[in-house]
Amino acid sequence: MIVQQRETAAVPEVARAQTEPDGFVAALAQLSPRLGNVAANLERHLEIIGEAAGAGANIVVFPELSLTGYFLKDLVPDVALRIDSDEISRLAAACRDVDALVGCVLETDDSRFHNAVVYFSGGRVAHVHAKVYLPTYGIFDEQRYLAAGDRFRSFDLTTRGARSRWRAGALICEDMWHPSAVALLARQGVEAFLVPSSSPGRGVLRGAALGTANSYDVMTRTYAQLFTAYVVYCNRVGYEDGIAFWGGSRVVGPDGAPVSDPVGAEETIVYQRLEKTALRRARIAYPLLRDERHDVTDAETDRILRRRAGG
Amino acid sequence: MSPTPRPIASSVDALEVDAAVVEELLCGFIRDEVHKVGFESVVVGASGGVDSSLVVALACRALGPEHVYPVNMPYRTSSVESEEDARAVCAQYGIEPAIEGITEQIDAYFARHADAGVTRRGNKMARERMTILYDLSVEHRSLVLGTSNKTELLLGYGTLFGDMASALNPIGDLYKMQVYAMGRALGLPERVLTKAPSADLWVGQSDEEELGLRYAIVDVVLFRLIDERRSRAEVVAMGFDADLVDDVVRRVRASQYKRRPPVIAKVSERTIDRDFRYPRDWGL
Repeated sequence: MIVQQRETAAVPEVARAQTEPDGFVAALAQLSPRLGNVAANLERHLEIIGEAAGAGANIVVFPELSLTGYFLKDLVPDVALRIDSDEISRLAAACRDVDALVGCVLETDDSRFHNAVVYFSGGRVAHVHAKVYLPTYGIFDEQRYLAAGDRFRSFDLTTRGARSRWRAGALICEDMWHPSAVALLARQGVEAFLVPSSSPGRGVLRGAALGTANSYDVMTRTYAQLFTAYVVYCNRVGYEDGIAFWGGSRVVGPDGAPVSDPVGAEETIVYQRLEKTALRRARIAYPLLRDERHDVTDAETDRILRRRAGG
Repeated sequence: MSPTPRPIASSVDALEVDAAVVEELLCGFIRDEVHKVGFESVVVGASGGVDSSLVVALACRALGPEHVYPVNMPYRTSSVESEEDARAVCAQYGIEPAIEGITEQIDAYFARHADAGVTRRGNKMARERMTILYDLSVEHRSLVLGTSNKTELLLGYGTLFGDMASALNPIGDLYKMQVYAMGRALGLPERVLTKAPSADLWVGQSDEEELGLRYAIVDVVLFRLIDERRSRAEVVAMGFDADLVDDVVRRVRASQYKRRPPVIAKVSERTIDRDFRYPRDWGL
């Protein structure tokens, strides 16, 4: 009985995987939002979603705070959207045949403001991630104005055209600077990390290219390789109060090598197909997820917590 | 165990920038910040010095020379070479600076204040020049580009509401030696790159003499203190003269007021720049 199942189910599965790529096309909308102008940015989003869908994309990933711009300061309450707002409804309506991950300030019922991304799919809001790690140092001041999220949850991509489901996780910019966040999502089976970002360029000393671009190059490649998953990094471009956002949006494959064509700091849409077969190959070559010792992590975490509780 | 020698620690090599990256950042900055407020052009005071020459070059590359209005504003004691150098830089981009002498109005004012020393005269000239740039910015429907570098801004070596004023400053985050490096990378005329830096407010004025500091050293001290967040003791341990480091630290602190908007006395619930905080590029 068991043998029979293997023969009828498993063998054709492998054959199909080798001959029929099971993937989807991501469009990375590397744009320059207008600071504090939600109405103008919303129209731009709707245009881009339409354009990307027409070009064959299954999901459009926008940068962090793509509806509002980044250095908002006291503008935060003015640009905030509630999940039942007209703007969110219009985006949902535009996402019947294509999915989109959009950045915005999301206001809660108790007047907290999150730096959030909303995943639209099938004409509705399918997932929300509120940024957990709000940078408040150097040029960043997010904790003054924003409330932190408290969870990292994976979600299904409803990628029309793909035969099997894809598991995704969203990390907003600074979230990715905390490996624990990436590890938590990986543990939930994430195959594609979607990383909307508003990363300001800084550091121009020779040998480092642009310092921040260098950091993200290392991080996106490292996480992709260590978690044998795709990293879809969408950064914004443009300037706010003299601070440049450097773009460089990219898709890194599950072997740690960038697969999309490199882009600079111009407004553009990066299209890239993500393949289940590439995930499979990487996970055969490097079965790191299979070998991950969650029992050890959990036991050690428990021990650390107990010791802390015991003083 | 003695520490491993690190010759680069006190060397200006530590400040070496990737010129292509900086050019892209600064040209993009000029283009973006000018265009998004609905302007196409800029006005720049072109003294013939390396700072303003670099700004002219960057603006021409960013906006096209037809959108750049350089203005040379000599006083009767200004050196002839300064105007020649300003012309030479502009000529590289096929434009000519407007010449707006300031001798008449400066002399008319100081005829009533004959006892004024060089500081007052220098400040007055710097502010006179800035009022001209802002006036011409209306005529040309342009923004005024600033030409103060990071070294001057941090040391407070500039005139408040004079040369320190501007709508946009593309080079305010570059130390003086980095300005030279960028000037070389962009092919500024050799004399602009090799003559002694001077505000040219009086005959024979020299930045380094007036400051009592050499840019090649003070830049590295500032870089270690500010950019790398090293303590005074760490910087001294890197081989810099303790008195020099103390002098730099003192100057930075003493000139903080020059880098901030005027202080507003708080009386209301919401005060500009204290608890009324909006980005400058609000809605752009």
